[in-house]
Amino acid sequence: MSAARAAPAARPSGPSNAALGTLIFISSEATFFLFLLIAYISYRDANAGPSAKSALDVGRTAIFSACLWASSGTIWLAGRQLRRGDGRGFRLLLGLTILLGLIFLLGQAWEYHTLLDEHVTLARNLFGSTFFTLTGFHGLHVAIGLLLLCTLFGLNAAGVIASPHNGALRSIEYYWHFVDAVWVFIFVFVYLWALR
Amino acid sequence: MASVAGTQPGAVPRPASELALWRWVATVDHKQIGILYLVTTFAFFAIGGVEALLMRIQLATSDNHFLSPSQYNALMTMHGTTMIFLFVMPALIGFANYFVPLLIGARDMAFPRLNALSFWLLLFGGLLLNFSPFAGGSPDAGWFAYAPLTERAYSPGFAVDYWSLGILVTGAGTIASAVNLLVTITNMRAPGVSWGRLSMFVWMILVTAVLILAAFPSLTAAAFMLEADRRFGAHFFDTNVNGDALLWQHMFWFFGHPEVYIMALPAFGIVSEVIPVFSRKPLFGYTVMAASGVAIGFLSMTVWAHHMFAVGMGTAANAFFGASSMLIAIPTGIKIFNWLATMWGGALRLTTAMLFSIGFIAMFFIGGLSGVSLALVPVDWQVTDSYYVVAHFHYVLFGGTMLGVFSGIYYWFPKVTGRLLDERVGQFHFWLTLIGFNLTFFPMHLLGLLGMPRRIYTYPADRGWDGYNLIATIGAFVLAVAVIVFLWNVLQSWLRGAPAGDNPWEAWSLEWATSSPPPPHNFDRIPIVHGRRPLRDGPVFDGLEAGGTP
Repeated sequence: MSAARAAPAARPSGPSNAALGTLIFISSEATFFLFLLIAYISYRDANAGPSAKSALDVGRTAIFSACLWASSGTIWLAGRQLRRGDGRGFRLLLGLTILLGLIFLLGQAWEYHTLLDEHVTLARNLFGSTFFTLTGFHGLHVAIGLLLLCTLFGLNAAGVIASPHNGALRSIEYYWHFVDAVWVFIFVFVYLWALR
Repeated sequence: MASVAGTQPGAVPRPASELALWRWVATVDHKQIGILYLVTTFAFFAIGGVEALLMRIQLATSDNHFLSPSQYNALMTMHGTTMIFLFVMPALIGFANYFVPLLIGARDMAFPRLNALSFWLLLFGGLLLNFSPFAGGSPDAGWFAYAPLTERAYSPGFAVDYWSLGILVTGAGTIASAVNLLVTITNMRAPGVSWGRLSMFVWMILVTAVLILAAFPSLTAAAFMLEADRRFGAHFFDTNVNGDALLWQHMFWFFGHPEVYIMALPAFGIVSEVIPVFSRKPLFGYTVMAASGVAIGFLSMTVWAHHMFAVGMGTAANAFFGASSMLIAIPTGIKIFNWLATMWGGALRLTTAMLFSIGFIAMFFIGGLSGVSLALVPVDWQVTDSYYVVAHFHYVLFGGTMLGVFSGIYYWFPKVTGRLLDERVGQFHFWLTLIGFNLTFFPMHLLGLLGMPRRIYTYPADRGWDGYNLIATIGAFVLAVAVIVFLWNVLQSWLRGAPAGDNPWEAWSLEWATSSPPPPHNFDRIPIVHGRRPLRDGPVFDGLEAGGTP
């Protein structure tokens, strides 16, 4: 069954099925976040009460954001090490990526805790509804990305995924870059805009 | 069917005791999954059809009390949701599942297990939606679920939650299908199947998959926001605290209008396969046909607010969306002319498949004309939310897509089952469908112009609507008889129809180069394609003459 599933010879190059599928899926996910962001922007300052300006600690989030964006760099470096045949360096940088992602998530948990203490919730007003839905879905994507990275780490350590051209490796890398890129837009429109 | 796979070197033979049912549950074969899609969606079609018949009984005469108002609202909502999410769209995905790999000469889809997951998400999402009556009540806010009617204050209970969860579950499956189809078409083509030689059905599925990926996230986001409102106290569509009911409408129709083309383009593709074969001519204007499909895809993303002319968006927005909606008539008109030009001067064979394709052109044309009239803002203001709109979209979805689906079934049934559908019963089925369809839906144009609103459970006797409504109800039952005739034909022919052979229609696309039904691996050797009509344009397999398979 699986023997005959090999790709036909018509394509000498181009992304593998897994990598292409991930890119296509990501483009659909980007549209999903676009709509959550549109809802946030269209309801900006629609209510009295807590707002991005009054409730968010932009400086603190900027530090945690830097961790997330740095992790895009570390996963790229990890892939480069693997292409050079350095499996140990790959796992080291992959571990660093996981650590940076985890720090970002802990930062988000801290932020949510602070907000909930101040009674800023999903049900408080439209800022709460849109903010928690948008950043919550992003956090969920980071968490899924961390699970994928940990799986990748384990499989590589077990010698299953060792080739730098492995489709799963490429897919997870693309997905992680996507999660980081979405946060650029959220950080600009939610946090930086709150400074004005 | 499985005999060839067992002979492959290294293949493990199947355990003899394996249950037939388990083979269907555990399958990852695109052909079996395609059949599962088609059988399942026709079961949902039957449910949606019965819901429509109950509504037609209620509306047959004025001041009728066969159904209560709330029962009517529930039937109306479930009929629309079932037909769109559980029948038309997944049935077309079923066709794509079965025939895209065959038409591009591939062994299977790019991700066979993801493919199976898509199907099971559809089935269980559909069951979730249809479980609602047993859990306290069916959703009754319309298939478009307009806020704030769907907010908890106005729709207490769990009915709307079942609706949005069902939409989310089936939607995840649909997105997975679209990813799968796009990767399959991009990466799995056999040698020689260049973009310029792709079958027109595959082209239309390509555009459809892109539309799904662009449009569905909007519905997904809206449904999550609705659930956040209903179950977690958020305020997205809560008009009491400045939440915007129009945000729902914009997000719903940003999905909803591309959805119309998600349901139409695959049918365009089917008709573009059938008409050339039974006209004995190549498809007229291949490049323009593909390009107009792509153009429809792009334009369909820019027209969503023509569903909202009555909400007061302002002249500039109305003018833009009216103009963009009318623009779609250009690529659609090009397609109609190209189908006619394909038939022009051809040696027509009026098989049932061909009759349904010709019926498709005629009925879809009427639906297209009423669509253009609705794009004119003042006309829309006059007839919006009236039966004129109901007539319009049924001419598009039943007269268009549904006749296309029937055409596809008569055309491809021999490939799937190895047996021909009975032609005599088929022709009877066609004429009964055409008559029943027009009896049901043509009078609705007139009812709309006479001012009968949609979504009302009954109407007073003094409006002059009784006669047309009675005709529509009679037509609906004629249609029901036609569907029964069709199902009887399918059952009879599947059990003891005439053997079809590999290529009963003397067609020239790749699926006819293999046996009927195809073996699990589709092709014994990887086919090689030399032109747009592979079986005519050169040897498909080494050492075999063009069209060498009988």
